[in-house]
Amino acid sequence: MANISKAETTPKQSSRSLKSVFLFLGVFFTVIFCLAPILWQILTSFKTNEAIASIPTIYFPSFNQLTLEHYISLGLPFLQYVLNSAFVSFTSTLFCLAIGAPAAYTLARLRIPGENIILAFVLIVTLFPYVLLFLGLLEVVKFFGLGNNYLALIIPYTAINLPLTILVLRSFFQQLPKDLEDSAKVDGYNTVSMLLNIVLPMTTPALITTGILTFIFAWNEFIFALTFITRENLYTIPVAVAQLGGASVYEIPYGPIAAATIAGTLPLIILVLIFQRRIVQGITAGAVKG
Amino acid sequence: MAKLELQNLRKQFAPSVVPVKDITIEVEDGEFLTLLGPSGCGKSTLLRLIAGLEQPTQGKVTIGGKNVTSVPPGKRNISMVFQSYALYPHMTVFENISAALKLRKIPREEIEKRVNDVTQKLGLEHLLTRKPGQLSGGQRQRVALARSLVRDPDIFLLDEPLSNLDALLREQVRADLKQLFETQNKPVVYVTHDQIEAMTLSDKIAVLCDGYLQQLASPHEIYTAPANKFVAGFVGSPQMNLITLDCQGNHAVLGDYKIFLPQLKTQPHQVILGIRPEDISLGDIETGETIAGHLFLVEDFGKEKLLSVRVNGSDQTLRVMVPADRTWEGEMITISLIKKQLHWFYVETGDRLN
Repeated sequence: MANISKAETTPKQSSRSLKSVFLFLGVFFTVIFCLAPILWQILTSFKTNEAIASIPTIYFPSFNQLTLEHYISLGLPFLQYVLNSAFVSFTSTLFCLAIGAPAAYTLARLRIPGENIILAFVLIVTLFPYVLLFLGLLEVVKFFGLGNNYLALIIPYTAINLPLTILVLRSFFQQLPKDLEDSAKVDGYNTVSMLLNIVLPMTTPALITTGILTFIFAWNEFIFALTFITRENLYTIPVAVAQLGGASVYEIPYGPIAAATIAGTLPLIILVLIFQRRIVQGITAGAVKG
Repeated sequence: MAKLELQNLRKQFAPSVVPVKDITIEVEDGEFLTLLGPSGCGKSTLLRLIAGLEQPTQGKVTIGGKNVTSVPPGKRNISMVFQSYALYPHMTVFENISAALKLRKIPREEIEKRVNDVTQKLGLEHLLTRKPGQLSGGQRQRVALARSLVRDPDIFLLDEPLSNLDALLREQVRADLKQLFETQNKPVVYVTHDQIEAMTLSDKIAVLCDGYLQQLASPHEIYTAPANKFVAGFVGSPQMNLITLDCQGNHAVLGDYKIFLPQLKTQPHQVILGIRPEDISLGDIETGETIAGHLFLVEDFGKEKLLSVRVNGSDQTLRVMVPADRTWEGEMITISLIKKQLHWFYVETGDRLN
């Protein structure tokens, strides 16, 4: 009996191990496919200029082909750009959440006449390719004299991300149990303190999610930042990186560009990782039902 | 003293959505009132009107003689236990229970004392630092209850607080609830669709259907003298036999048999006869209307058996509850409807005849 059962299990086992091999290969190639450009940039940012230019391409540089000089060449001004980007991104994210969350709550909870029409408009706004708006916006910026002012970036970034924020938060608010709010009312919370003490803590995951999306957009946005800001000390990272030039027009400083890209993305990655840990799934667990 | 009065309450959401149509009820201090009715009868809406979570379209809510119709829920000094418990998931049990007290600026020491008293009473003292997510269903239910009790409110409102518990636990908590609220001496309004809960817990039951109050009476009266056909059919398990019969003079005709109608000024053409299965017995007894019929179904409940009998000369069916050890012979059997337990209702209105 034992032999028979053994003979039966063997093909099954081998097919299972085959499956896991395929799974592993699949995961491996997907990751490589997605990360390849980034890995390439990292590699480039650490190679010496000779190693970057040499043919055939050097995939595994030796020790003396590695250098930190590209990073060092970025210098102090780069820190300024990072701070610029951070300020613009933080502020627009904050505005976006501060305006979007109450709007979403209103649309989710109150019975407003024409609610669907409002939602349709909100949705339509997201359908516009925002790049096409920038010529019009340029006129607006000129009219209000906002050129070379962070507000010229903060306002459009907030506006562009508001629709998505409203839509995502609204569907999140809708699935929050309404009993909790009723219970808070019976307990004696007024509307504002109920929103701050009961609704907001439960909304944190959704706020972080939409906040991260807004933040990433603002951090990486290029066209507006290029058009509305011309003073060098106000540049955001994408513009600053694009402005990096060589000694002559014919020289493209691959190394510094790669280093700037990596150094400019790193804060973003760290930030996203930190906040992602706070998106605890099922934070409402235990609120309702037995 | 905090008598609760509802006067001609009406709630209209849309022209055709009127869950509460015209309801007037009074609840005295220490009285346990249950709102009983099928889904969609307006009982939860009525409770929300009392709580102030909904504004009535018409009518008045007064607590202790004070009109609170336009007072927000937090200022009515009521407490409410929700069906889903609605515990704040990000707060510990202690914070959940004390939240309302803190909002009322009660000193810290007193809050702690009151929370301790309540949690000891409910056996929650070792759970104070946990979050609702770490509690079992029964524990959550008790936290919800503690949150309500600690407030020492003028009126307790409970919205199907037992429906999320499993059957065994429900029975035990039901008994606990009864003891607990007997000591409170405050008006309690309890919503349920479970008639056993309503029967066992209440001093008074308000049976609701379709936005109207059908009957407001003690559990005993609801059971023995239902005010109309709806109450008769809704309360009691197995359901009361309700059959429509033609009338001849002062008799109602049931197949080959005639049953005396109660004394009335005008005789209707048709009436509805109601009799509970346990008020019909097997065989021929003196105090009953004896009827013969064809036994076509036996359902065994363990303690009792439920027989379905088709009356001779008619296609009407009567269900009869007999003790499990009762025996009979053949399929043609004789049954007796106990005369004292007959209920009569008008066909048109469903109202009780006498």
